[in-house]
Amino acid sequence: MSVGHEISPLIRPRSKILTRFGSEVNWGDFAFRRVTALLATLLIVALAAMAIAMVHGSAESLSKFGLGFISAQVWDPARDVYGALPFIFGTIASSLLALCFAVPISLGVAIFLSELAPAWLREPVGFLVELLAAVPSVVYGLWGIFVLAPWLRTTVEPFLAQALGFLPFFQGQQRGFGMLAGGIILAIMITPTISSVSREVLRAVPSALREGALGLGATPWEAVRVAVLPYARSGLVGATILGLGRALGETMAITMVIGNRSEISTSLFAPSYTMASVIANEFSEATGSLYLSALAEVGLLLFVVTVLLNIVARLLVWRVGHVPVGGSL
Amino acid sequence: MFSRYARRKFSDIFVRSACVAATVIALVPLVSVLYYVTSRGIGGINWEFFSELPKPVGEAGGGMANALAGSFKLLFLACVFGIPPGVLAGVYLAEFGDSRFGKLVRFSADVMSGVPSITVGIFVYSLVVLRAKHFSAFAGGVALGVLMLPTVTRTTEELLKLVPESLREAALGLGLPKWRATLRVMLRTAAPGIATGVMLAVARVAGETAPLLFTAFSNPFWSSGLNEPTASLPVIIYNYAVSPYEEWHRQAWAAALVLLLLVLLLNVSARLLVRNRVGVR
Repeated sequence: MSVGHEISPLIRPRSKILTRFGSEVNWGDFAFRRVTALLATLLIVALAAMAIAMVHGSAESLSKFGLGFISAQVWDPARDVYGALPFIFGTIASSLLALCFAVPISLGVAIFLSELAPAWLREPVGFLVELLAAVPSVVYGLWGIFVLAPWLRTTVEPFLAQALGFLPFFQGQQRGFGMLAGGIILAIMITPTISSVSREVLRAVPSALREGALGLGATPWEAVRVAVLPYARSGLVGATILGLGRALGETMAITMVIGNRSEISTSLFAPSYTMASVIANEFSEATGSLYLSALAEVGLLLFVVTVLLNIVARLLVWRVGHVPVGGSL
Repeated sequence: MFSRYARRKFSDIFVRSACVAATVIALVPLVSVLYYVTSRGIGGINWEFFSELPKPVGEAGGGMANALAGSFKLLFLACVFGIPPGVLAGVYLAEFGDSRFGKLVRFSADVMSGVPSITVGIFVYSLVVLRAKHFSAFAGGVALGVLMLPTVTRTTEELLKLVPESLREAALGLGLPKWRATLRVMLRTAAPGIATGVMLAVARVAGETAPLLFTAFSNPFWSSGLNEPTASLPVIIYNYAVSPYEEWHRQAWAAALVLLLLVLLLNVSARLLVRNRVGVR
């Protein structure tokens, strides 16, 4: 009689097959782990498939235009000649403009919500800022067409032209629809992203730093400036880059207000065109495989840039929570 | 000495008011959008709006019943494609995610959530639409599902990690196998929080327009089944807003009001769901 049977009939011996494949004790656990792992793999596969599909879709354009695609200015479907520079310019310029508006405001919001606001105000105001992110892009676009652009045309642009008209940025015809409108609408849409990530970053700063500064007689602002911001710096940069990534890929709202003309102009009043907008406007109507392929290449560029920005941003944000306390001071 | 103190005090007050001002400025667009969408949209909301098909240009009246139905169809498909895989992948990350493979999955999810939605549209176009050779509700649902997937995964993971280990130990101590302890005890405890995350993800994709432009496309009539192009609220708002017709603009505002209400309702109820549960956030 073997010893195993006497100890307990409740403990079933492990199946020999199971032992060979993993450390699980029963088939349920075995299947559970494999099934969930399979679905987790789906995320990696989806991301890889996206990259492959974009490269595959733009193969024709990649081989025909090569690197010149990025620097060529002419986009003419009628002659089957495609260059993406005006769109790249429009995307970068509108996103940077948006950062100029959104970063100071978001930092103010984040500092207010995490350091200065009384406790009862934090949650409702934080919720309202997050609602700003909940409004669909196309609704911002509608508002941009019928409220923002007319306001810019009748009020803001004449004022800017009069006060700062000697600068090349504020010259030319005042349409309302153009780079300025695009930058403002992007700024509105990325403010919640930047401010909520910044707020989380500021929260991750150990309160001992804050209290130390206050205990030495610093005013609340000095405590933030001397103790909190330096500690949080890389995370705040990360938050900004996340916002930039969102601005670069934002499509509908900016398509509806930026004017959609592939020109490169120094004036903020002039219409422009972004990479996402040209895809949105032309992809479903593109005839001819080279045309479609060129649009896919624009998408590929956008994909690569946003993926890289996201990786950098996440590394920066992640660092703040993981710096050993007292290590860097 | 005094002047120096006064200067410090002044800069403190100055920066504090600047922060308050920044918060107020940030909320101005929200108030403005809510005001205009409500005041211009309310006039277009009537029974016809919910029950009729769009009328051709030049004829007054008509509604967007097909777009409403289409939006719900697309959201339903997105939930089917996005939630079950997302939740189970999240379970994997929470339970076995410390490995290098787990880190890679987490990283992919984070990167994916930052990918512009329009490129997801191109992806699904080449994956589904090109193969089938026509736009379809199915393709639109896949696009929205792909957009939901990373959010659902990461939310599920985060919330499962908040469930106290003692619950699992109790379940295992009672003799449940690990998989049942995870599904019946851990997942159920985290369910309200996960539901919140899922609702927020649904709210986000409910307003997505860009990936639908060349997957679900649009359709002036009813679409039957999943194999035909379908109208949806966001796309119809876009098409009407950029059109030159006064009547269509009115309809676009009304549709925007409906969409905004839907999205805000999902958001607010998601938060309330969390607030009623102490400890789960």
